[in-house]
Amino acid sequence: MIFRRRPAAALLGTLAALSLLGVPPAHADETTPTEPPKVELVLDISGSMRARDIEGHSRISVLQQSFNDVLDALPAEAQVGIRVLGATYPGNVKAVGCKDTQQLVPIGPIDKLEAKTAVATLRPTGFTPVGLALRAAARDLGTGETTRRIVLITDGEDTCAPPDPCEVARELAAQGTHLVVDTLGLTLNDKVRRQLTCIASATGGTYTAVTSKTQLTNRINQLVDRAATTYTQTPAQVDGTDNCTGAPLLNPGAYTDREQFQEHRWYRVPVRDGQELRASVSVSLDRALNRDYGVLLRAVSQDGRELVRGTDAGSGRTDVLSTGLRWSAEQDAPDQTVCLVVSNSFSSPTATSAATPGMPLELTVGVVDSSPAPNGPDLGRGWGLLGLLALAGLVGGLLFGWLARWRVSIWRAN
Amino acid sequence: MRTTSIRRCAGALSAAAAALLLSAGPAAADTASPSPSPSESLAPVTTAGSSFLTATAVQPGQPVQLAGSTGDYLYWSFTAEAGQTDKIAITVTLPPTSSRHGASNWAVDVFDGLRRRQACTAGAQTPTAAADAASVTLGCTLRQVRAWAEPWSGDPLPGTYYVRLAVTGLPEQDLGLPMQVAMRITTHDSDDIQPEGGELKASLTQPVTAGTVLTSAPPVVAEEKKDTGWNWDWLPDLSARWAWTAIGGAIAAVTGVGGYSLTRHPRRRISNPDGFNRLSPTTRQDHPVNIT
Repeated sequence: MIFRRRPAAALLGTLAALSLLGVPPAHADETTPTEPPKVELVLDISGSMRARDIEGHSRISVLQQSFNDVLDALPAEAQVGIRVLGATYPGNVKAVGCKDTQQLVPIGPIDKLEAKTAVATLRPTGFTPVGLALRAAARDLGTGETTRRIVLITDGEDTCAPPDPCEVARELAAQGTHLVVDTLGLTLNDKVRRQLTCIASATGGTYTAVTSKTQLTNRINQLVDRAATTYTQTPAQVDGTDNCTGAPLLNPGAYTDREQFQEHRWYRVPVRDGQELRASVSVSLDRALNRDYGVLLRAVSQDGRELVRGTDAGSGRTDVLSTGLRWSAEQDAPDQTVCLVVSNSFSSPTATSAATPGMPLELTVGVVDSSPAPNGPDLGRGWGLLGLLALAGLVGGLLFGWLARWRVSIWRAN
Repeated sequence: MRTTSIRRCAGALSAAAAALLLSAGPAAADTASPSPSPSESLAPVTTAGSSFLTATAVQPGQPVQLAGSTGDYLYWSFTAEAGQTDKIAITVTLPPTSSRHGASNWAVDVFDGLRRRQACTAGAQTPTAAADAASVTLGCTLRQVRAWAEPWSGDPLPGTYYVRLAVTGLPEQDLGLPMQVAMRITTHDSDDIQPEGGELKASLTQPVTAGTVLTSAPPVVAEEKKDTGWNWDWLPDLSARWAWTAIGGAIAAVTGVGGYSLTRHPRRRISNPDGFNRLSPTTRQDHPVNIT
């Protein structure tokens, strides 16, 4: 009875556990940030937006219609701002045209009607100062604890470099303001695509080539939603050092840093007796790199002994390369501080390719109770065991029986 | 006479076997049937994260359906328990052939809670979509999640798992085109958890909240003395092994008696009423006759 009831109980237990654990990561809701998510939409209103090549409509009209739908679908608590570039200066003087960017709607709870009117009255006009607009948008979004998103919608390559928009994006991402730039290209032009994919990968954003109005609407909605659902996941900024002794001492949590090619970054984590150290590291591939690469995370004791390592390597197109490790001291070891060192084997195809700022590095540290090795099982299981026991019983019975017969016959003989 | 005795012995054996089957039955059913997949009741997921920290949580059996752009890195996460074997199936509907310029390589990568790459035992993990293909199917069957593993090993352990879908190679002009992704994670549960008795104190799930940098090493907190009273730790955990061992013991006893009785001389077993076969078949057969 007991054994028959048990699987059902186990099943119920598993179900309960599943429903409890169904929403990883479990630590997500520990702190509720006070800051709402912030998004700025940067719209290109340059002269080329007049081109009629999206399902027979002009790019600007597709953008405007799509914006009506996006604004309708916007959640009430969303803090969205709108910035335009190339919207006001119709002349030919590059120096003036390349400063042409204004904030149309300030970031905050959006007045949908007002925003719709503002967008609907835009007319394609001037130059395309993407880099400048990105810098201005980053300023609009300000600094804070949460991730900021810029959604850049453009149809033309930057006509105002320098500053090169891709350099600007990398520079903004390196400032530690947790900025992500998602780009949408309204044309399938090669140069535009290269520039936009560069901006996106430099900041961990995405690139989309817009081919229809529905796609544009859905994508903007998706990006705004993504900002709303993921804005809390912002790691703390930390600066690793080049040796163990002066390395920052880390509590459990998520951290972000930058690592250059061939650089070693050191961190320290205090680990007490009976605890297990867990660490994982991700290095983002935010620029053009040589084909093959690798990342190495090592845990080293204070006297320089390697305790454990985690490594991963790869080649080709990817966004991050990550690895992790677990380590726990033997029983009754004294408390100690373990050093973590992150190194990489990334390299750049061109000597001139910017080495600084370093590549984004994400480090998560966990310290939990260690899990000692299980004892060997005390009981048996399986059909083999039953057969063996049955055979043992049979042999035992036979032996005992023969012994008894032998004794009886001896007794009779006497 | 001898046949009756053997039949009785066989009867006892078959009764024991029946008892065994009964007790083993539910356990066997538990192993064979896939985990209860309440997919009908689970709302489909229409989002995906763009990094490990922002991965969208998905439950096994929950359908995932979303529109994306080729070149996106899509992240999902799910939780696995010890004994579980998870299988990931993804179908990507590619952009229209007219807008594509060549074949593309796709990859589904699975990472554990420490972002360590996990091996796939089966499935098309890195398929290539031909230039004229309408869709591409990816799959990954993970190893069975173990209950415990040494810190130095990379074995799959209970905790969070991350799934990343990405295109790893394609003509550069094909980036950013619209695609549709459908994903589903199915789970096969087993009560045969390896290693037996192993337990991970904390599941492999890394903190996602911002950490804090300490200025000095934290003071060591004096640990409370552990209760040294009587405990039952030495007793093995309640598991199916108890059933197997107990039933095995019972079978051993039955076969032992059987073996013993085989060594009795057939004639003496009947003629000797004080012997091992006190209730001899003849007396039992006579008894009902007396009643009638």
